[in-house]
Amino acid sequence: MSSLIDFRTCPTTGLKVDRAAEKLIKANAVAAVVFLAIGGLFGLLVALTRWPAVHFLPADMFYLALTAHGLDVLLVWIIFFEMAVLYFASAILLNSRLAGPKWAWTGFGLMLSGALITNVAVLQGQSSVMFTSYVPMMAEPPFYLGIILFAVGALIGCGVFFGTLVVAKREKTYEGSVPLVTFGALTAAIIAVFTIASGAIILIPTLLWSLGLVSHIDPIIYKTIWWAMGHSSQQINVSAHVAVWYAIAAMVFGAKPLSEKVSRTAFLMYILFLQLASAHHMLVEPGFSSEWKIFNTSYAMYLAVLGSMVHGMTVPGSIEAAQRARGLTKGMFEWLRKAPWGNPAFAGMFMSLVFFGFIGGISGVVMGTEQINLIMHNTLYVPGHFHGTVVAGTTLAFMAITYILVPLIFRRELVLRKLATWQPYVFGIGVAGISVFMMGAGTLGVARRHWDMTFADAILPFDYPSAAFLMMGLNGIFAVMAALGGLMYVVIVVGSVFFGRKLAEDEKPSYPEVPPDSAAVGHYGSSESLKIPGTAFLVGIFFVAFVLYYFVNWKYLSEIWPLS
Amino acid sequence: MNEKDSPDQNESSDSGHQDQIPLMQQLLDNPFLLLVLGIAVPAVFYIIWGIIEITQIPIAD
Ligand code: HEM
Ligand SMILES: [Cu+2]
Repeated sequence: MSSLIDFRTCPTTGLKVDRAAEKLIKANAVAAVVFLAIGGLFGLLVALTRWPAVHFLPADMFYLALTAHGLDVLLVWIIFFEMAVLYFASAILLNSRLAGPKWAWTGFGLMLSGALITNVAVLQGQSSVMFTSYVPMMAEPPFYLGIILFAVGALIGCGVFFGTLVVAKREKTYEGSVPLVTFGALTAAIIAVFTIASGAIILIPTLLWSLGLVSHIDPIIYKTIWWAMGHSSQQINVSAHVAVWYAIAAMVFGAKPLSEKVSRTAFLMYILFLQLASAHHMLVEPGFSSEWKIFNTSYAMYLAVLGSMVHGMTVPGSIEAAQRARGLTKGMFEWLRKAPWGNPAFAGMFMSLVFFGFIGGISGVVMGTEQINLIMHNTLYVPGHFHGTVVAGTTLAFMAITYILVPLIFRRELVLRKLATWQPYVFGIGVAGISVFMMGAGTLGVARRHWDMTFADAILPFDYPSAAFLMMGLNGIFAVMAALGGLMYVVIVVGSVFFGRKLAEDEKPSYPEVPPDSAAVGHYGSSESLKIPGTAFLVGIFFVAFVLYYFVNWKYLSEIWPLS
Repeated sequence: MNEKDSPDQNESSDSGHQDQIPLMQQLLDNPFLLLVLGIAVPAVFYIIWGIIEITQIPIAD
């Protein structure tokens, strides 16, 4: 069978590359970038509208743009890119053929048509229900239909991933356990199956309801099951971008995980517990018991957070170990100072790690605490938090690995290299800015998903403190910066894919540098050394920040509810 | 973090060595078992338990 498959050998890593898998990776990655461009533009329009001095869009267009933004970036960009990651982590890293490329193309076709159908529905203006589409708000039927088709397509993609794991094992294309990056992708795929099943359970009846075939959908049941999809899908992202961190560490430094066992156990924590945190979306619903809320969002979630903290330590730790083995042993931080900060793959990955931990991670734990959640539930703090996770974390990590994938998979030299070295900083700092300022405004009470923070036409007037207006102005400025960084990414990727110099079959790309020991990305095996004082110090800073911020919020809660 | 039960040992994939592979590693090497766990745990603790609580909310009259 496998003799009929068309393989090439990667001149950089020595991996065997199934050309069918390669084509699918390209198609999914290109679709992803196109929707990131569209969705990012909507994001800019939303942010400009929430900038009080600009207040760009009229109210109805604001809600339309906000729906399109959430949909195109959170679902379409990320999931298309994740399909590319799944095919890369299975077929390519396992030296295997892809199981059922025809199925994979069917999945791709469904995802693309679904994304287009839902986008058209949103742009027509009768479906501005936000991507959460809470009932009893009703969108036009094509809105739901498109999302369902998209999800079915993604489910097929997961099936192809599992199929490829089986094929690779049967055809003995690898020995022992799968590489860690593949294991991380497996974690993402498992969570994806739960996510998509939950989505189908709730969105199919909702489609029938909007067609008039079902009379009633219970709002609280809808919300509960919808978030089994909505929250879990964020955990697909976390698993996928952690896998991408490990992949970049391996491909830029030849770094091996500090301990395969520890890292895999951390992924197992994700598989078992991460999805339970869906309950944090229900923390203000009176219908659930505190037992249910606290078990799901605290006890269980802390185990998953533990997983993230393990990755947060072992990824930079593995880089430190690899750098020290290369002789960069001076002091605590020579390994980090002399890291390739001009390599956009590394710079993007490292910022993704830091911002995900400090901004997205800490705020997530704070919001997941039932009591302090009440300070910021449904305020702009929430989008502030998840722009820290899903934009500064996931999106930046995906951007970073693109700089390696374009030369290796698209076989084109990168164009505009100077711009590429700047891109992660412009985007990363822009996004960190919008995350922090939205969190700041949210702490002052500013609502999310709200067109006019001055309440100009409200019967009962209300004024936010002027600091809140300042926050939203700063948010606007950093949004422009983030959008610029996003545009730079799109220009570099599209420019390279279509106009970059074609690489010959056995030619190694000249940029960014991928050393021969990058082949570590496709192997099982832990690093020899565990000497990571620099990383230990950074982790210490993280814990201090975490604890301080957590208790500041309890203090703040006590001031909101004077009990004495 | 000792390495004694990792690469070399599991490279011999003939079934005679199966029982020397630690239990935890057998679990981590079994994608379908992980899949079942990854669906069952949230289905029970979040969805089923959650829905049971919703059905017990008294209905106003
Ligand atoms: C140029 C970059 C971006 C900017 C300037 C931006 C800005 C914003 C702003 C201002 C909001 C509205 C908050 C509100 O009024 O409730 C928002 C919402 C949102 N953003 Fe972004 N964003 C960007 C990129 C992204 C990316 C890449 C993702 C996902 C990967 C993302 C996911 C979301 C989601 C899910 C919402 C919530 C929509 C809703 O409430 O229905 N954003 N964004
Ligand atoms: Cu969530």
